[in-house]
Amino acid sequence: MVHLYKNNGYNIALDENSGSVHIVDELVYHILEDMISDKDFTPVSFEKAHPGAYSLQDIEEACSEIEELRSEGMLFSEDPYKQIITHFMDRKPVLKAMCLHVSHDCNLSCRYCFAGEGEYNGPRSLMSPEVGKKALDYLIEQSGSRVNLEVDFFGGEPLLNWETVKELVRYGRAREKEANKKFRFTLTTNGVLLNDEIMEFCNREMGNVVLSIDGRREVNDRMRPFSRGAGSYDLILPKFKKFAESRNQSNYYVRGTFTHYNTDFAADVLHLADEGFKQISVEPVVAEESMDYAIKEQDLDRICAEYDRLAQEMLKREKEGRGFNFFHFMIDLEGGPCVYKRLSGCGSGAEYMAVTPEGDLYPCHQFVGNKAFRMGDIWNGIEREDIREKFAACSVYTKPECSDCFARYYCSGGCAANAFNYTGDISGAYKIGCVLQKKRVECALMIKAALADD
Amino acid sequence: MKHIKTLNTKNLQNTVKKGGCGECQTSCQSACKTSCTVGNQTCENKK
Repeated sequence: MVHLYKNNGYNIALDENSGSVHIVDELVYHILEDMISDKDFTPVSFEKAHPGAYSLQDIEEACSEIEELRSEGMLFSEDPYKQIITHFMDRKPVLKAMCLHVSHDCNLSCRYCFAGEGEYNGPRSLMSPEVGKKALDYLIEQSGSRVNLEVDFFGGEPLLNWETVKELVRYGRAREKEANKKFRFTLTTNGVLLNDEIMEFCNREMGNVVLSIDGRREVNDRMRPFSRGAGSYDLILPKFKKFAESRNQSNYYVRGTFTHYNTDFAADVLHLADEGFKQISVEPVVAEESMDYAIKEQDLDRICAEYDRLAQEMLKREKEGRGFNFFHFMIDLEGGPCVYKRLSGCGSGAEYMAVTPEGDLYPCHQFVGNKAFRMGDIWNGIEREDIREKFAACSVYTKPECSDCFARYYCSGGCAANAFNYTGDISGAYKIGCVLQKKRVECALMIKAALADD
Repeated sequence: MKHIKTLNTKNLQNTVKKGGCGECQTSCQSACKTSCTVGNQTCENKK
């Protein structure tokens, strides 16, 4: 199929199965629209249907360009992947990434926290070094021939258990050589306890750091207060700025969440950019529908308009030499992942698991605390093969809503936790998320088109 | 071409042959932790 759309003055045709992106003029746009809807399309029938709009010579010329791309597999290409991916999904998955919940405790009381206030519906607790080391051993054991292994130090707030984080990094590095593995450590933090020593250690050892801040002071402080109500913005912003600079403005993200209360979130992204950050990710909240701050269907038009506004402002800044990266608009058209990666989902519950402070295994951080999803533990391994199989089988082909969606090669079927929260089934589709994902892909491709047009 | 400008020459179908090694980053782990975005992921298999 071909996805046709207009954005910011560009006519864009995305050939879904090949991933080819074309900027087309009005005539080709018009022809493609008719080709998609009319199986009996011919240049002559097109001219008759639109008398006086275009000359037959121009129509034939445009059609020959379309046919040339079709013959090269860059327009109206077929989907040859279903059989291949089904076979690929039958392989026994190996574990390659782990979210280590080193702290089920937090020094902030973020209103939208899916972890309660860090404790995930359980007691407040910290992971011991022994549990952490056993988790790394388990990851190495279960990773087969994979070399690159990822470990994210997560919480709650991981800096509440900083000494353990350092001990685990040292342990992982010590095991790398004999196990023929490479650990890529990352840290997700709210910044409250950040200091120079922590930054220096992270700059040596962490491949990426995710720094949580929502944007403008009033937006951040509304949702990310301390337990007694004071805002966190003034404390964390200077630390994050220093941290980002110390990492040469790369290999980090300032990462915010937007909610029903700031559907004008482009202002928050731009605020972070104005503060000097170059790597920015601001994302819609994951929440049950009943929560007051959840994104509502009636917010969608406004949010989509904000993505447009953000894309246009980013283009303007890029041309002025003060561009920045917005995670959700980053698409690599020339490199990018293989089709297996694109269609086989995020890997939660199979290639990726979360480990609690007590050593329990869950499909991902979003499911931690929901006992129905407890898969086993790091001492005895997987006890619930049924959960692993269900997650491992997830691909865009197991989700009916994905099969004819143009964005399926860019979102890989979406987030299982979102789907579960919204539909009660990890194979369901979170419709609000789908609308936003599609909009983001459209904006990202428009940005590519506009930059190529200069 | 006069009417069409193509932005990319890479065809996804070509990744079928060499893809699937699994050495790439887990998409959720990379920055977001709440949403799945793979279009920007880097392929670790440049062979």
